[in-house]
Amino acid sequence: MTDLTKLTAAELAGKIHAREVSSVEVTQAHLDRIAEVDSFVHAFLHVDADGALAAARAVDDAVGRGDAPASAIAGVPLALKDVLTTKGIPTTCGSRTLEGWIPPYDATVTRKLREAGVPILGKTNMDEFAMGSSTENSAFGVTRNPWDDTRIPGGSGGGSAASIAAFEAPLAIGTDTGGSIRQPGAVTGTVGVKPTYGGVSRYGLVAFSSSLDQAGPCARTVLDAALLHEVIAGHDRMDSTSIDAPVPAVVAAAREGLRGDLTGMKVGVVKEFGGDGYQPGVQRSFEAAVAQLRALGAEVVEVSCPNFTYALPAYYLIAPSECSSNLARFDAMRYGLRVSDDGAHSAEEVMSLTREEGFGAEVKRRIMLGTYALSSGYYDAYYGSAQKVRTLIRRDFDAAFEKVDVLVSPTTPTTAFKIGERVDDPMAMYLADLCTIPANLAGNAAMSVPSGLSDEDGLPVGLQIMAPALADDRLYRVGAAFEAAREPVLDRVPDLTRGGFVPAGALSPAEAAK
Amino acid sequence: MTAVADLMDYAEVLERFDPVLGLEVHVELNTDTKMFCGCANLFGGEPNTHVCPTCLGLPGSLPVVNGKAVESAIRIGLALNCEIASWCRFARKNYFYPDMPKNFQTSQYDEPIAFNGYLDVTLDDGEVVRVHIERAHMEEDTGKSLHVGGATGRIHGAEHSLLDYNRAGVPLIEIVTKPIVGTGDRAPEVARAYVTALRDLLRALDVSDVRMDQGSLRCDANVSLMPKGASEFGTRTETKNVNSLRSVERAVRYEMTRQAAVLAAGGHVTQETRHFQEADGSTSSGRTKETAEDYRYFPEPDLVPMAPSAEWIEQLRATLPEMPAVRRDRIRVEWELTAEELRDLFNSGAVELVEATVAAGAKPGEARGWWVNFLAQEANTREVELTALPITPRSVARVIELVGSGELTNKLAREVVKGVLAGEGEPDEVVEKRGLKVVSDDSALLAAVDAALAAQPDVADKIRGGKVQAAGAIVGAVMKATKGQADAKRVRELILQRVAEQ
Repeated sequence: MTDLTKLTAAELAGKIHAREVSSVEVTQAHLDRIAEVDSFVHAFLHVDADGALAAARAVDDAVGRGDAPASAIAGVPLALKDVLTTKGIPTTCGSRTLEGWIPPYDATVTRKLREAGVPILGKTNMDEFAMGSSTENSAFGVTRNPWDDTRIPGGSGGGSAASIAAFEAPLAIGTDTGGSIRQPGAVTGTVGVKPTYGGVSRYGLVAFSSSLDQAGPCARTVLDAALLHEVIAGHDRMDSTSIDAPVPAVVAAAREGLRGDLTGMKVGVVKEFGGDGYQPGVQRSFEAAVAQLRALGAEVVEVSCPNFTYALPAYYLIAPSECSSNLARFDAMRYGLRVSDDGAHSAEEVMSLTREEGFGAEVKRRIMLGTYALSSGYYDAYYGSAQKVRTLIRRDFDAAFEKVDVLVSPTTPTTAFKIGERVDDPMAMYLADLCTIPANLAGNAAMSVPSGLSDEDGLPVGLQIMAPALADDRLYRVGAAFEAAREPVLDRVPDLTRGGFVPAGALSPAEAAK
Repeated sequence: MTAVADLMDYAEVLERFDPVLGLEVHVELNTDTKMFCGCANLFGGEPNTHVCPTCLGLPGSLPVVNGKAVESAIRIGLALNCEIASWCRFARKNYFYPDMPKNFQTSQYDEPIAFNGYLDVTLDDGEVVRVHIERAHMEEDTGKSLHVGGATGRIHGAEHSLLDYNRAGVPLIEIVTKPIVGTGDRAPEVARAYVTALRDLLRALDVSDVRMDQGSLRCDANVSLMPKGASEFGTRTETKNVNSLRSVERAVRYEMTRQAAVLAAGGHVTQETRHFQEADGSTSSGRTKETAEDYRYFPEPDLVPMAPSAEWIEQLRATLPEMPAVRRDRIRVEWELTAEELRDLFNSGAVELVEATVAAGAKPGEARGWWVNFLAQEANTREVELTALPITPRSVARVIELVGSGELTNKLAREVVKGVLAGEGEPDEVVEKRGLKVVSDDSALLAAVDAALAAQPDVADKIRGGKVQAAGAIVGAVMKATKGQADAKRVRELILQRVAEQ
């Protein structure tokens, strides 16, 4: 019997729609896998077995009636980052502040998934309010990297990436504000895509930084990511920043790429990303990746984007500024945590004490940074300047894309670092997003695709591909061609259940955190 | 207890100081839905029933701009002679308050939709003051707090508070004047007249209910004083809670006399928010602006910029009704009214009815007479609005026509109108049914005249003897005999003619 959890989403969809296997069986196989390994991996904050199986049954019934599948991935289960609202299912954003909150409405992404017949297995762990690069900022314990239990799975969407790398789900949804889909993808050996800003609705995505946040697909293959991308993308009148344009033909582009020919494609290597501060094994993997692209027929040139060096500081003014305002609503008045409501404290004190207790250190740090940056007298120097940098970065991209079709760089300067290694050094933590942030600031599309394992530590390395806004299809063509030419990285991920990777009686990260 | 403030005599205030005003008016638009979501925009309702994820600020929710509200904002801007921004954005105004769901208000900051306008305001004596408008911008209203327990009804000292978010997200336009200077003793009156003119304008535009009592029109009055002849403004206070036109005038006057007393005693006016007390017309200290919050405005990233096209703006300009001030002026000239008559006409609420009656062929003076006098009294007696009376301007015009042609006397005309009001039909039908036509048949009248003269020979003698005024008694008798349906003037002519013949 085939291990259903090892198949790709495309393969599973094909079998379900051909009635070779039922969606219930596929969904149950993944629920079983979660039951088996998640106490150790801790990718999930909430598992909705009943809801997922009910959705699976509905797909099976429809297939049984001979109805056309609701989507190309109808019946294939998925893990949803806990930052997207789900009607009737808890949504915490990895924060104590929202512990126990059950949203009364679905995010547009959630709604589209339900309408597409995608069973939602549960909600995945994340850095609190998506602020972090390691998932260590979750209030509910860390997620372990399936490649090495002492290492982080990336962040903020560590839970989504780990769930895929651990075969708990074939597909997942992440959100990417500064790299939160791509960097976890890189360090777990999975594919992660940040679509063009406005390509996927933000309605129901609990905002960290409104002008940067973007939901996107996480998968084990480029084609699977494309199939999921097409389901969640498209204009939404509930989101004013949603783009009213046709969804790029990403699935067709992925299939085209799988033919393994990049002749006529011009690829630009970003000169500013690499060298000092980059792990040598990552650097070598990247160089091999570039050689591979050339071998596939692509023309490779070096491109300079001089303002990319200012992306990180600009990001750490814009994102905290917006977050300081976005997170103001968590005030204990309408939902979520409320402390000291004992009649002895005023409303203001209840607000203040609740925020003190409900938010973790990193969230507070960013709220303070942002509050300061927006203050009267500092606005022009900080927020104002950062917005100008943003324009310069956009111009760098525009100039580069006049010469090349896509840009490439390492996704992140190092492989997965050790749990706890950077928690006391925010600057070191922030550097994990050095290469991914420019695409968020400019709003264009970017992907991380596994580039191989680093020769010094055997851990996955990601290749970042960046394309102009609304040219998401180029990512898929290049990514799929590259992927087809490489050995599948995940074939080498340790088997969590054999060889004693999960120690008997191991404390789950959530338990360890207590 | 609030200490009773020292006040300076008003005349003395004006001898020593020049007042400077600044008026901020918030208008709730009468759009069907809220500013950024599809919830009903209705006053009242069971608490927390007109709410959704967006206006409750639930995590993940997003705003979508109400196009109708933008349209209203542009029309208001045009009516206030403003420039309309070709490109503008919303901004977030950040501060914490329990009745504000997101703890920021989506508003506009340095990029308002309309700016640099003016409104000509007519004072009671007809003098016109031009009030310059700084800006008109769009924003959303907050919810409502009800603070239970405690003496003041404010949040401090309350035992608990109840929150109703039905109003949260209702579209607001804030209209801010430039400093109004040089109005001297008339400052309080100018303030009232400005808010009145603005209310009339907004009503004519049909963009708001403009009910000050329900909060759909709210005024904050900024007042400062500077010593006579100075050019630098003094420290201002901002009085809130001013919820009637009369209160606007009282609040300004009170602040002038209070601030003058403070300054005259060598003190400094504290820059603060003050609350108007309806009961005694005083103001009391609220939040001081020294601890004023830094609102940390920044462009709203959840909304895209707005760029109203020139074509759209011109289309909206074409929808503007005649502006109230222009209309007043036109009516005054066309109908040859004095300032007082004009004021009475507008206060009566009969302008539209009179205009319609004139349009139906009546002379302005007669049409005005009917509506402002007889019909206004009828409405008053019935305790209904003038517009609710069951009579149309066309009917009134017909009655006036019948009087003009001599078919009805004024007295008969009132009977006809009463018949119409009683539901007896159109004027001609009432005339017919009640038999109210003037007896214009001279032979019938002569018979009545002869009978009356015969009945009172002594009066006939007096007339014959030159006492023409004695004819009144005979006229009365004839009118009585004809049940009032005779034209008294014609009756008098016939009497004199008859007496001369005899």
